[in-house]
Amino acid sequence: MPIAPVSRRVGVWTINQAGRRHHARWLLACLAAALPLCILVGLASGAVRLSPGEVASGLLALGGDAPADQASLIIAHIRLPRVLLAAVMGAVLAISGAAMQGLFRNPLADPSLIGVTAGASLGAALVIVVGGSTLQSYTALTLVSAGAFAGGAAAVVFVYRLATSPSGTSVASMLLAGIAITALAGALGSLLEFRADNDMLRRISLWKMGGMDGASYPRLLLGTVVGGALLLALPRYANALNALLLGESEARHLGIDVERAKFALVTWVALGVGTSVALVGTIAFVGLVVPHIMRLLLGPDHRVLLPAAALAGAILLVAADTLARTVFAPTELPVGIVTAIVGVPFFISLLRQRHHYGMQS
Amino acid sequence: MNALQLRAVQAAPWGTRLLQDINLLLGPGQILGLAGPNGAGKSSLLRLVAGDIAVHSGELLVHDRPRAHWPRQQLARRLAYLPQFSLLNFPYTVAEVVSLGRMPHATGAAADHDIVQQVMAATDVSGLRERPYTRLSGGERQRVQLARVLAQVWDTAEDGRALLLLDEPTTALDLAHQQLVAQAVRTLAGRGCAIVLAIHDFNLVAGLADIIAVLQDGRLAACGAPEQVFTPQLFREVFAIDVLVQRHPLRNQPLVISR
Repeated sequence: MPIAPVSRRVGVWTINQAGRRHHARWLLACLAAALPLCILVGLASGAVRLSPGEVASGLLALGGDAPADQASLIIAHIRLPRVLLAAVMGAVLAISGAAMQGLFRNPLADPSLIGVTAGASLGAALVIVVGGSTLQSYTALTLVSAGAFAGGAAAVVFVYRLATSPSGTSVASMLLAGIAITALAGALGSLLEFRADNDMLRRISLWKMGGMDGASYPRLLLGTVVGGALLLALPRYANALNALLLGESEARHLGIDVERAKFALVTWVALGVGTSVALVGTIAFVGLVVPHIMRLLLGPDHRVLLPAAALAGAILLVAADTLARTVFAPTELPVGIVTAIVGVPFFISLLRQRHHYGMQS
Repeated sequence: MNALQLRAVQAAPWGTRLLQDINLLLGPGQILGLAGPNGAGKSSLLRLVAGDIAVHSGELLVHDRPRAHWPRQQLARRLAYLPQFSLLNFPYTVAEVVSLGRMPHATGAAADHDIVQQVMAATDVSGLRERPYTRLSGGERQRVQLARVLAQVWDTAEDGRALLLLDEPTTALDLAHQQLVAQAVRTLAGRGCAIVLAIHDFNLVAGLADIIAVLQDGRLAACGAPEQVFTPQLFREVFAIDVLVQRHPLRNQPLVISR
């Protein structure tokens, strides 16, 4: 989002107010059209540049028995699982972020707030340090992912229980507990790093930066199953999230089962983000920035916001991963660095300008 | 059928007794005004009926059925509650906020749109339709939130199946809009909706309510028609002020004048 002069920004906002419901369908259609395009560009770019024709014939040769040329091999075995995994994980992170911002009634909330990311990082570091050099390549990757998922799940369960009393689950306590657990997991992680040797340290730090380089079809399958379930499940809570923006008590008086909605949302987000951290490491800012941009364009109605955030998250992560592979090719950047470098300036500009689009405090 | 009935209700949500010995009866289309000094329990009573505070002992019936026995969705179609403060901090448009009131209903987009138009006109927010809620003044926000709860019970009011709870709906409003809101409340009551409202303005509530309940330290100090309840003695005992109570020169209601 470029930083526009104040007057123009206000003008854009006014137009959005008047016509945003009419624009919503149009914008969703644009996003839905842009995603396949981004995926094709992602398939064509990389250390070896492929022409559109090669991409097309590589995709057509998928699953066929014909002897494959180099381009089809690159597409089938390296780029396709990677680009699709980026798309699914981007969608999962962004829709989770949109749901958390609604649940916490805070436009600056992020899916990592409930402790899942920090717990997962700790779980991964634990496996790397305890497993040491005995773990090799593929097994190691799978074990580290399992450790990350277990760590993320444990952190969320802990946060949720801390915030739950007989009278219900307090969202404010959940936020504070999430911050506490994140700090604790960070400290324990540092303790582990203190004990780790150089090789382990490098693996831990690469893990923390996030990257798609571990992509494979089994991982893509796992990501798609969890991500698909999440993308189908969360939009069912769009009405509940809309009502929750008024306040929990108001949502209850509108007939929403608030406790159930909270439990379901936290569970789905924990599952989705836990899986994403397990498969591709921690990727910053997709879950924060994408829902924010979509809310700017479409307003806070979750019936439109959730699908729009999912599409835009997929686009952003596919694009960021393509950049990560091509900027210093053949060396790859961790994609988490790319999303953060894109995300931080945008985030700062939002912080400085948010009163221009009707958001307060 | 009674819209609302409380029998010997007590509430002690945090250990200390907030409300005790509350007995009230309200029929369809009746307006009950709650008065009392700060901290007397007006908001607590409203929150109790709304379900935010649990009933400790006694009976709380909404349309002759214990409140807790109502299915969530059905209750939301007949009971709406306007709290004193709003937390909404997202840039919904005014029309979107008001439409949220139709969420419990399944009356279809056309009927919902119709109702939203009517309640926005009744609260004078039609002109703000596309404005972001976060850009409104305090009084405008209050009218938008009022429109939202009106929309929630606008159609169910017609067969006397609705109950509306309003916690100080006029505090941020200018006099003209206070009158407008009073008129909207009368209209809704005329359609058959029972209404409970807490208002500090004695003369506003005297002109509006069929029954006035005065609360003091969580108990009912008085309950009855405005002309029976509003006496100089009551104001001395409950509010610790000296007032003159006279007949309103134009309307059939008591007029409270501070000395």
